[in-house]
Amino acid sequence: MLDLMSGFVAELRNAGLPVSLTENLDAMEAIKQIPLEDREAFKWALGATLVKNAAHWRAFETVFEVYFSLRGPEYALKDDEDAGDFWREMQDQMRQGEGKGGAGAMDSLTQEELMSLLMRALMDGDQAMMRALAKQAVQRFAGMEPGRPVGGTYYLYRTLRNLDLDNMMSKIDQAKADDGQMPQTDLERRLENDEMQHRIEQFKQEIEAEIRRRLVADRGAEAMAKTLRKPLPEDVEFMHASRDEMQNLKKALYPLTRKLAARLARKRRHGRKGPLDFRNTVRHSLNYGGVPAEPKFKYPRPAKPELMVVADISGSVAAFARFTLMLVYAIQGQFSKVRSFVFIDGLDEVTDYFKVTEDITEAIHRVNTEADVVWVDGHSDYGHAFEVFWERYGKDVGPKTTVLLLGDARNNYHAAQSWVVREMKHRARHVYWLNPEPRSYWNTGDSIVGEYGSHTDGVYECRNLRQLEAFVEKLA
Amino acid sequence: MGNRFDSVQAVRDGLKKVNYLADEGIASVAFLADRLGKPVLVEGPAGTGKTQLAKSIADLIGARLIRLQCYEGLDESKALYEWNYKKQLLRIQADKNSDSWSEVHDDIFSEEFLLTRPLLEAIRADDPVVLLIDEVDRVEVETEALLLEILSEYQVSIPEMGTITAKQIPLVFLTSNNTRELSEALKRRCLYLHVDYPDMDREKEIVLAKVDGITEHLADQIARIVRSIRQLDLKKAPSVSETIDWARTLMLLGIEHIDAEQAKETLHILLKYQTDIAKAAKELSSDK
Ligand SMILES: Nc1ncnc2c1ncn2[C@@H]1O[C@H](COP(=O)(O)OP(=O)(O)OP(=O)(O)O)[C@@H](O)[C@H]1O
Ligand SMILES: [Mg+2]
Repeated sequence: MLDLMSGFVAELRNAGLPVSLTENLDAMEAIKQIPLEDREAFKWALGATLVKNAAHWRAFETVFEVYFSLRGPEYALKDDEDAGDFWREMQDQMRQGEGKGGAGAMDSLTQEELMSLLMRALMDGDQAMMRALAKQAVQRFAGMEPGRPVGGTYYLYRTLRNLDLDNMMSKIDQAKADDGQMPQTDLERRLENDEMQHRIEQFKQEIEAEIRRRLVADRGAEAMAKTLRKPLPEDVEFMHASRDEMQNLKKALYPLTRKLAARLARKRRHGRKGPLDFRNTVRHSLNYGGVPAEPKFKYPRPAKPELMVVADISGSVAAFARFTLMLVYAIQGQFSKVRSFVFIDGLDEVTDYFKVTEDITEAIHRVNTEADVVWVDGHSDYGHAFEVFWERYGKDVGPKTTVLLLGDARNNYHAAQSWVVREMKHRARHVYWLNPEPRSYWNTGDSIVGEYGSHTDGVYECRNLRQLEAFVEKLA
Repeated sequence: MGNRFDSVQAVRDGLKKVNYLADEGIASVAFLADRLGKPVLVEGPAGTGKTQLAKSIADLIGARLIRLQCYEGLDESKALYEWNYKKQLLRIQADKNSDSWSEVHDDIFSEEFLLTRPLLEAIRADDPVVLLIDEVDRVEVETEALLLEILSEYQVSIPEMGTITAKQIPLVFLTSNNTRELSEALKRRCLYLHVDYPDMDREKEIVLAKVDGITEHLADQIARIVRSIRQLDLKKAPSVSETIDWARTLMLLGIEHIDAEQAKETLHILLKYQTDIAKAAKELSSDK
């Protein structure tokens, strides 16, 4: 058990979770309090002691699954009696869970029979049956062979393609209509739909789990955990995020902005000393026999900066621009004024989109669909965009303004017009450049971030939420 | 360490008796908190039953709940203890000429002039107590350090009086809305529990437990609709307390079965932002 735990904790650390030594020891203490057969409580005992950040829970679950739920007794250490028992019991539980659906009996079914069984199971919400069917589907469709160096996604894809779950909804609707069970109102239909979606999602997760279980059996937990390792949401690169990762990023953004806003408000209040706080001074005077020997002060509010954001929203940097705008607007209370401009080769002001609605997502959607940013060919032309900016809005840049320039500075070999940035710097309080590309790519190919950057107060690498947050905190 | 509960299941069943519907995670962590003598840091969105958990646990074990409500600017004098300086001043004034300063000093820093605040109260308690440190994310980092000291040693030292050590290790719950990252040290000290929105079945149970006279059918419908609404991309998703408020409103209106119109007319109980209400209203009347 000890070795198993240390492997598990090592993998958590590999996945980026900051597990300290104390926490590791706490986890060992915690699992002693839990009966081994209680698999759920066992997982919570580990979670409560090792994971102190909700955003890391998914990563934890993946590692847990690989190390504990999926392993067979053959991986237990021979010299460790406890572990042996542990696995045997886990194994028993798994068999019981599967037994109910009669997995073995399913081998002889035709595909059609299988599909109609699945449809029924989904309609009845029969969990045991769904689990058995997931197992059967993987066995039948995934085409898994020992030692084959193919990722889990491939097997998942093959299984799902054969099951054709996308059409399942309409088939279920049809079956309900045939049974005369169609919900009457739109609302009921909607709720019924959501329920079915939920069950289909559960079924997909069963399939994924089954595939992983088999892969672990084939390759061992360590190798498997390694292939499943994913960056934590705050470390996902804006420029390469998958759809799924984007969703998680979006989810992570909101709590992060709230945190950031609270932190900034606090920072502002505790900036520097202000006038005497009389009450507080009297209270402390008691230690000196009533003499106000230790004066206490109130804290004033420093002035808030005025922000102008100028963002490239072409292709690969669009996601970065979107997240930065969302972040800035979510904490706009921290600035006396925020104006935003977006460009590709033409430039447009989009401040108003954020004024007419409190829904940032909706405003961003309008930025993407309505802003007039194409001038000639829709390929980034920083030089032209900057010229337009300076011509139209240069007069609004003043000593209270902080300008943020966002993009990878890949200018498609157009004229740089970096004099605009120089002029900006001249007139503004600060000019910063945020680049979503890794530093090692800067100034390679058509990137001219160095040329622009030399006229700014600094160029910052903002590949992920973590870096972006750190920058914005410094800014406000 | 503690032995207040027999098993995880016992915690769960017990909480249910006092009308708190826990899931496996909540019950497991509460069980471990007792066994390991560790405080629990409960994090999660607003209105998901974090505060109520501490109250219900106190209820369950028949302990007194001592609550420290945190806010920005909370300091030692409000959390731990304070000298009653008005009284002390009077004492100093009254004795201006007679006693020596050192005598007066000893006197004014005695029990009589001590104002006990929640943390000290919990440490000094003889009877069983549950300490709830509510919304700990609101205090400054320095105050957090103070909490940390108390939660690791379960003792308080008052320079003028000496050290006071706890007679028992109380169950301690800290709640946080996650408005700022708590210090690593505090997190290390605690068991961590993230309480999210309940799944549909548990929410239905909560509604049944909390709303008198509600039918199974209505509770089920409510839980379903709330689940669907939470899936939308909203500024603020409905909390459990909002679900309960909504259920109560529907009861008052004498509604037994919700239709789309009634749902739309009462959405403002569930959702706080106009844009969210509009979005949900639109979604509820389309079958996707
Ligand atoms: N699991 C539950 N069982 C019973 N009631 C619950 C449960 N969860 C929430 N509630 C009810 O929901 C309401 C809100 O709960 P509570 O005040 O504890 O939320 P909270 O998480 O502390 O919110 P906040 O973050 O806003 O302080 C209370 O009325 C509580 O009784
Ligand atoms: Mg609360």
